[in-house]
Amino acid sequence: MTEPVLSIRNITKMFGALAASDNVSLDLMPGEIHALIGPNGAGKSTLIQQISGGLTPDAGSVHFLGRDVTGLDTVARARLGLGRTFQISALAMEDTVLQNAMLGALGAKGRPFSILRPIMRDKGLRQVAEAALDRMGLSTHHNTVTGELSHGQRRQLEVAVALTLSPRAFLMDEPMAGLGTSGTHDLTAILSNLRHEAPILLVEHDMDAVFALADRISVLDYGRIIATGTVDEIRAHPDVRRAYLGEET
Amino acid sequence: MTRETWINAALALGLLAVPLWAWVADEPFTITLATKVAILALAGVGLNIALGLGGLVSLGHAAFFGLGGYAMGILAAHAQNYTPLMEWPLVVEGTKSMPVIWLVAVIVSALTALLIGALSLRTSGVYFIMITLAFGQMLYYFAISWPAYGGEDGLSIYVRNGFPGLNTLDPIQFFAICYVLLILALAFSARLARSPFGLALNAARQSPQRVETVGISPYRLRLLAFVISGAITGLAGALFADLNRFVSPSMFSWQTSGEIMVFIILGGTARLFGPVAGAALFIFLEQALGGLSEYWHVHLGLLLLAVVLFARGGIIGTLAGQGARND
Repeated sequence: MTEPVLSIRNITKMFGALAASDNVSLDLMPGEIHALIGPNGAGKSTLIQQISGGLTPDAGSVHFLGRDVTGLDTVARARLGLGRTFQISALAMEDTVLQNAMLGALGAKGRPFSILRPIMRDKGLRQVAEAALDRMGLSTHHNTVTGELSHGQRRQLEVAVALTLSPRAFLMDEPMAGLGTSGTHDLTAILSNLRHEAPILLVEHDMDAVFALADRISVLDYGRIIATGTVDEIRAHPDVRRAYLGEET
Repeated sequence: MTRETWINAALALGLLAVPLWAWVADEPFTITLATKVAILALAGVGLNIALGLGGLVSLGHAAFFGLGGYAMGILAAHAQNYTPLMEWPLVVEGTKSMPVIWLVAVIVSALTALLIGALSLRTSGVYFIMITLAFGQMLYYFAISWPAYGGEDGLSIYVRNGFPGLNTLDPIQFFAICYVLLILALAFSARLARSPFGLALNAARQSPQRVETVGISPYRLRLLAFVISGAITGLAGALFADLNRFVSPSMFSWQTSGEIMVFIILGGTARLFGPVAGAALFIFLEQALGGLSEYWHVHLGLLLLAVVLFARGGIIGTLAGQGARND
């Protein structure tokens, strides 16, 4: 049996009397897209933060590539190969698109404390950055100031920066949020191919995209995982229909 | 060349032309004023690395300016009194050599910046401003209460320190030293902004989570920026003390920190030549308005208010517009 790339074991996180994560366990296997769905306030963001390193769980552990990373911060987990994208774009808005991608390449493969050579002339990093932008369809926007990009293009840049990291696992927080129909369609195709490079833990509200992409789905409700299974299993699951899908179908 | 490059070149040449004209016209006071502009601009170039590129609003940079000043004052005082700085565990003599004094000023400022930065960069926003201010004030009161080096009265140095091959008492030659150091610092600053470190630091100012997520620690970036920034401001402090041949605790005062910040805001935050434009305007106003009224700071305050409200890019930003700041 293959080992999971990312393994969350019995995570609990309390905010006062509220259990934002209530004994959550979750595995991300090689080559899969594992979608995490749940209504607003179900604890998805809190869980994502505990996986990426922004929050420490009260109990339980996070293992990444067979290593216990529960005590490591965001920087250390990123260096191990956890590629995260943000729900609300966290980009350097005054910088150009290429500079944002270069930052990713720099973090993963460069020397960020070097003060001598101009970074934009670093051919190696530039190749990494340009390749990622090409893949996300941003090759004509290298010199556009990021703040001037459309919402959809910012979402693409978010994913492009994660690509420059060549991560061992992706952690994507609502990459489709606010994308139009064609944008969602394009990104779905890209993510579908991406799973073979590194598995994706995908938090997403767009059910069509989730059902099209996911190999497995976990449903979070009131901080608990109420079901994990394939698309068909989840669609048929009575608790899921009641807690979540019932409102939409 | 962009418009900003032209403005920068004009500023660099202007700051050179004025004292050269004054030299020919035999107006040594004007040369001294130009030297003051160069030195204060150098202090501003230092702060601009932390403030402009790193977004670190330090209200304690007088600490480094003062340390540079006292490094000069203490070394030169021992040299002029022929007393060793310390005798145990090894004998260290004072010195009247500028390069040695600069080196000491830079090292002392950098180490102090490392200490102050390591503690204060754990906070952000208004807390960071207050903690840097507190460290500056600590050194201010320490200087006042240290009688060995003049206490409140400060420390006079009778003869300006020496630089090999130059007569530093000649105003134009001392100006040349300060001007060259300013240009070198500007060149370094421009290079820094384009370096990998500059890109990461600038990104950490805009989106710290992003920088963390690509595996770079914003704290470390800021700490290095703070150290480089403090070291350059410390060098300026040593020159300023040499210009006046006098150091006093007022170099450590929070007003000094505020003034250095005013140069940057007037000139244009994060603009390479912002501190040069700001310091030049500041000294010009001090001379022009200071003659009219003792309360010229009122006019400066109004001007500052106008810049902050209507011209956020300062002088350079207003003249050059929103250009690409670094390609």
